[in-house]
Amino acid sequence: MDMNSFSPMMPTSPLSMINQVKFEDEPDLKDLFITVDEPESHVTTIETFITYRIITKTSRGEFDSSEFEVRRRYQDFLWLKGKLEEAHPTLIIPPLPEKFIVKGMVERFNDDFIETRRKALHTFLNRIADHPTLTFNEDFKVFLTAQAWELSSHKKQGPGLLSRMGQTVRAVASSMRGVKNRPEEFMEMHNFIETFSQKINLIDKISQRIYKEEREYFDEMKEYGPIYILWSASEEELELVDTLKGVASCIDKCCKATEKRMSGLSEALLPVVHEYVLYSEMLMGVMKRRDQIQAELDSKVEALTYKKADIDLLTEEIGKLEDKVECANNALKADWERWKQNMQNDIKSAFTDMAEENIHYYEQ
Amino acid sequence: MTENNFWLKKMEISVSEAEKRTVRNAMNMQETYTAYLIETRSVEHTDGQSVLTDSLWRRYSEFELLRNYLLVYYPHIVVPPLPEKRAEFVWHKLSADNMDPDFVERRRIGLENFLLRVASHPILCRDKIFYLFLTQEGNWKETVNETGFQLKADSRLKALNATFRVKNPDKRFTDLKHYSDELQSVISHLLRVRARVADRLYGVYKVHGNYGRVFSEWSAIEKEMGDGLQSAGHHMDVYASSIDDILEDEEHYADQLKEYLFYAEALRAVCRKHELMQYDLEMAAQDLASKKQQCEELATGTVRTFSLKGMTTKLFGQETPEQREARIKVLEEQINEGEQQLKSKNLEGREFVKNAWADIERFKEQKNRDLKEALISYAVMQISMCKKGIQVWTNAKECFSKM
Repeated sequence: MDMNSFSPMMPTSPLSMINQVKFEDEPDLKDLFITVDEPESHVTTIETFITYRIITKTSRGEFDSSEFEVRRRYQDFLWLKGKLEEAHPTLIIPPLPEKFIVKGMVERFNDDFIETRRKALHTFLNRIADHPTLTFNEDFKVFLTAQAWELSSHKKQGPGLLSRMGQTVRAVASSMRGVKNRPEEFMEMHNFIETFSQKINLIDKISQRIYKEEREYFDEMKEYGPIYILWSASEEELELVDTLKGVASCIDKCCKATEKRMSGLSEALLPVVHEYVLYSEMLMGVMKRRDQIQAELDSKVEALTYKKADIDLLTEEIGKLEDKVECANNALKADWERWKQNMQNDIKSAFTDMAEENIHYYEQ
Repeated sequence: MTENNFWLKKMEISVSEAEKRTVRNAMNMQETYTAYLIETRSVEHTDGQSVLTDSLWRRYSEFELLRNYLLVYYPHIVVPPLPEKRAEFVWHKLSADNMDPDFVERRRIGLENFLLRVASHPILCRDKIFYLFLTQEGNWKETVNETGFQLKADSRLKALNATFRVKNPDKRFTDLKHYSDELQSVISHLLRVRARVADRLYGVYKVHGNYGRVFSEWSAIEKEMGDGLQSAGHHMDVYASSIDDILEDEEHYADQLKEYLFYAEALRAVCRKHELMQYDLEMAAQDLASKKQQCEELATGTVRTFSLKGMTTKLFGQETPEQREARIKVLEEQINEGEQQLKSKNLEGREFVKNAWADIERFKEQKNRDLKEALISYAVMQISMCKKGIQVWTNAKECFSKM
């Protein structure tokens, strides 16, 4: 796949992104521009891995300078995501591309795979940058600016492995208890997510299938044209020869147009749909966490009614938890609206582009 | 039959219907076949009205019989081919079943085409058996068989033998044979790949239909995007179902190509006949030459070549002059006969070549015309397919942008 330098979805340089923003009338001006490019493979005695170059340009005061260039590997992205989830459990964090795709992939370092992943990582960082809350996250800033050794020492800070495990155990326990009364709007959200997740998965499968069929069609068409040329070689009458050659050249044009259509599909539609598949998984996670927080609150309330002792302590805890739940819920709601709006726009433009491609294909 | 010279030009022939029939055959088992209704109408000169003069039912095997008869009696003519017996070059949607209604319909058209080609051929249209085929329902089979044409047919083995052994066939026929081989191989390759392409195209269109379903399910949970999704889904469905008509039209193109695929075989049949005649000629000439030599040897008493007779005479004594005289006389008679035969064979051969070549020229012109037409209509089909595509996707795009 060639790197499409004029795809509307993925500008490849911060400069071009600035230009793009000027054309789109955005109420809040972007002040943080990030690109992910130049995958490079590193070989050590233990393992081989890929790093990606991340360039950040910013005009924000809290950053020490206006331009940064660092190299990060996939694990670093995973770390960042984990930290964000920890800090904002009920915000919708953008999804990361998968670790490795099981089917159809011979090795992890296949060119197509790296390219797809690079694009997805680029989208990931940019979405965080666009998020009104996440963009100011401290870990995010460190991720974008720190040198390699700085990053590893920063990573070591924060809750250790054991305490994180403890959190997980508590979370699992509370989820087992189940949620007794989920507020109405979250119920709606939950149902929506379930159905949406189903549908978007289907669409992902369908789109992949279409791509496959188009590829096979293309392969057959490549064989089809030359046969007419072969035939024209046996014929004597000039007009017939010309007609045959004409048909052959038209078929060739069809082939080229099909190729273009396929690449349009894989550049624009497939990545977006796939991202939303991952998003839907994320959302399920978010819902769970929200439920957990509520469950904690509920259990404490329950405890209160049974244990009259330690009322003060419990009341205080409950108070805190209620606040927590309140925050979480609000955060989620706000984010939800944003997300839906984004999704609409993305899907809309993805499909519109696909329709455009198809139109061009037929025009040719 | 000269009285049929002109009437056929004013006849309209059509194969208008096809019907499934079941009978009990000779072995008292149930047999199902399809019968085709052939109607002939005479066109009145004055007012252009057509009146139904004959209509009868024929089945495919009777068409085959007619064609085999024509092949034997007109070996110098490129006889139009019949539509295929079994469906070949199918892609997955078409069934290979002979009873499938689409197949029957296309065969009906092919049979009509065959009759029209025979009727418009300047020589074949005058044939009496052909006339009876169109007009006499019962007894036609017996009439054909009574002509004894099957006996006159050249054996396949003889023809094969001639092909290998002939020394001096007319170069034009050799070239023609090469051409027909090439034509056959290129068209069958083309049809095979076309079938595969059609298969793939079908797949692409049909999978888009799944979009339609999922979109409409999805639109149920969306508030703002709902309408846009729903109508876009509808367009996807339209797109997916449009492929059926498109591919049916393409089948027509495939059938036109198939006709010329089978014509290649007919061309080869004419070449084979020429080779057979030429070989016959060469054999007769060779035979004559050897007899003449024998005669000469007997007359002069010299034995130039080894012969059994020579050996036996050496062993058992010379023959009497009377015996020799008798033998020479017999040989001289044979030589005379042989020379006559050779002359007539030569004449026959030249006649054949002349007539065959005239028909071949006619065929070539017909072929060039027909193929050009077929290719152009194929291109037109493709354009219309693309236009439909543009329309559907423009509609879909509108729906998407309204989401």
